[in-house]
Amino acid sequence: MSSDKLTLKQRFDRWMIKHGRVLVIGIPYFWLFLFFLVPFLIVLKISFSMAEYAQPPYSALFAWIDEGVTITLNFGNYLFLLSDSLYATAYLNSIRIAAISTVITLLIGYPMAYGIARARGSMRSVLLMLVILPFWTSFLIRVYAWIGILDREGLINAFLLWTGIISEPLIMRQTEFAVYVGIVYTYLPFMILPLYSTLEKMDISLIEAALDLGCKPWQAFVKVTLPLSLPGILAGSLLVFIPAVGEFVIPELLGGPNTLMIGRTLWNEFFANRDWPIASAVAIAMLVFLVVPIMWFQHIQTKQEEGQQ
Amino acid sequence: MLVPEAVLDRAHEDVHKTQPWNNPDAVPYIRFENVTKKFGDFYAVDDVSLDIYRHELFALLGGSGCGKTTLLRMLAGFEEPTSGKIYIDGVDMDGVPAYERPTNMMFQSYALFPHMSVEQNVAFGLVQDGVSRSEIRELVAEMLGLVQMSKFAKRKPHQLSGGQRQRVALARSLIKRPKVLLLDEPLGALDKKLREQTQFELVNIQEKVGTTFVMVTHDQEEAMTMASRIAVMNEGVINQIGTPFELYEYPNSRYTANFLGQVNLIEGVLVDDDEKYAVIKSDEAGCEIYIDHAVQGHEGMTFWAAIRPERLRLTKEAPEDTKYNCVSGKVEEIGYLGGISTYHVRLASGKRIKVTEPNSTRQIEPRYTWEDSVWVSWEAGAASVLNQ
Repeated sequence: MSSDKLTLKQRFDRWMIKHGRVLVIGIPYFWLFLFFLVPFLIVLKISFSMAEYAQPPYSALFAWIDEGVTITLNFGNYLFLLSDSLYATAYLNSIRIAAISTVITLLIGYPMAYGIARARGSMRSVLLMLVILPFWTSFLIRVYAWIGILDREGLINAFLLWTGIISEPLIMRQTEFAVYVGIVYTYLPFMILPLYSTLEKMDISLIEAALDLGCKPWQAFVKVTLPLSLPGILAGSLLVFIPAVGEFVIPELLGGPNTLMIGRTLWNEFFANRDWPIASAVAIAMLVFLVVPIMWFQHIQTKQEEGQQ
Repeated sequence: MLVPEAVLDRAHEDVHKTQPWNNPDAVPYIRFENVTKKFGDFYAVDDVSLDIYRHELFALLGGSGCGKTTLLRMLAGFEEPTSGKIYIDGVDMDGVPAYERPTNMMFQSYALFPHMSVEQNVAFGLVQDGVSRSEIRELVAEMLGLVQMSKFAKRKPHQLSGGQRQRVALARSLIKRPKVLLLDEPLGALDKKLREQTQFELVNIQEKVGTTFVMVTHDQEEAMTMASRIAVMNEGVINQIGTPFELYEYPNSRYTANFLGQVNLIEGVLVDDDEKYAVIKSDEAGCEIYIDHAVQGHEGMTFWAAIRPERLRLTKEAPEDTKYNCVSGKVEEIGYLGGISTYHVRLASGKRIKVTEPNSTRQIEPRYTWEDSVWVSWEAGAASVLNQ
């Protein structure tokens, strides 16, 4: 058959073979561009403007002056973040709370993931289901439920008072403790799932080999299981740490007025102070804080994957 | 009982040294005493008693699910017997965990630690025992030399070929100088050519280090090439234990005869049993089989004559005496393998007999072709008589 007598379908097939890959990859990239990069650029733009009593409440970045485009960049917002210790404190506090929460999540999540990975086949899917089950109710409702549990008149206090262990109700809500409880509870599945998938893939005979060569069970764990589950630990930790840094709902609902986190600061700038440029600068700075570890993580992961091939 | 006395009676001083299992005074190095292992209702190993002697290369041979791997894992300490006792060098292994046993195992998957280099893998057992660093370096270098892997010391397991991994696994399991080395399908993951080459290397290494090897395999050729003795297992029970020679020449059952090499099994009844000879009449093959030794049994009992294909003679003309050990039929299948040819001969009774003949001289054209009428005959001593 000569090439100029191709049917429409054949032409389409040829075109797909040539360009299909671009099409398939193009769709998600277009999505990300539209809903991630564009809003990000808008926020970035606002962060370089000045607050104004106007609609929208910030100055224009681009102006037509003398038949040319003039760009007025205002670094004042970023300088302001540096000058007011409130922001630094909020950032550091967020990172501290997120880091401690991540460690607690890891300590609770690791044994759970290990238990699930070593459970029998049918039991395993049930246990995994239980881990994922809370996602089926609204996140907000679950945090509200914790208010009911941790409150002065909540379930825990009621129970402890009833048994007579305490005579005065414990103050648990509106403390940093409650924030930890909330974050650990909410993000635990994000730790368990990647850990489970690395532990489940691990060859049992590796542990047997370690035992065979003289390791006691805990030594086999430290020398073989733990290092081999490192990618899972890293993935789980980042999945918990990154959203926990910017967490707003949990500190707002469970934390006290002293629990200063960057998510709350951001909210206040936007809605209470209506200072969009400062709020945008806070958001951009936070993104930079978070993007660096993500990129580092991805770098390590690609290196590891290359190593395994 | 079916093994002629002459074979068992070679009790000689030399034989006692090289064949401790024939020496009643020899002390076994490994001893299984009525060992049973149940998984739920399933008997993986059913009342097995087995003695293995020092410096042996002992093979547990059987199909999948026959209990050979379970037996090995009980020796390593990964499984506890449901009942029975296991002794290694006279010590009762009951309650001794894997990490305290004088055994090391080479795993079927090799189980090399992927996050460690070849060197670190091999050194692992020594590091665990707190051996000094300089000594570790020396021993690792020596061991990598033995398995010819010195060049690859710094590599990670994923950078090695299957054969190289196998060597590293061997080095790692030998470096602690275990009393017993356990090998789980040691050559299973290698391709045929490499496997044959490695079989002899393993035997040489075993002779060099003198460690007692116990290996599990489903490959009868591998077992016969390497092992000093083989235990043929089936459904959790040991069918027969013996040297490759004994098992091939004097199988005690149809299962063993079938499992090691190829065999024609001809069913018949004992019609004449003398002190010097026996005659089995087979309706299945339509002939009478003359056996050149006595058979323990009474007339009318069912027996099977097991005859190896290479012990059968194929001729176009009828032999001089067609009374015994002789059947006629037609060539149905021919397999020309170069060195040998295999023929399937269909007897008048419908039974198929397999014959292999060496092609020891060069022929102008194939000796036999399809549908040729042929005679199959054999010597009086060719058949072994089985009653189970």
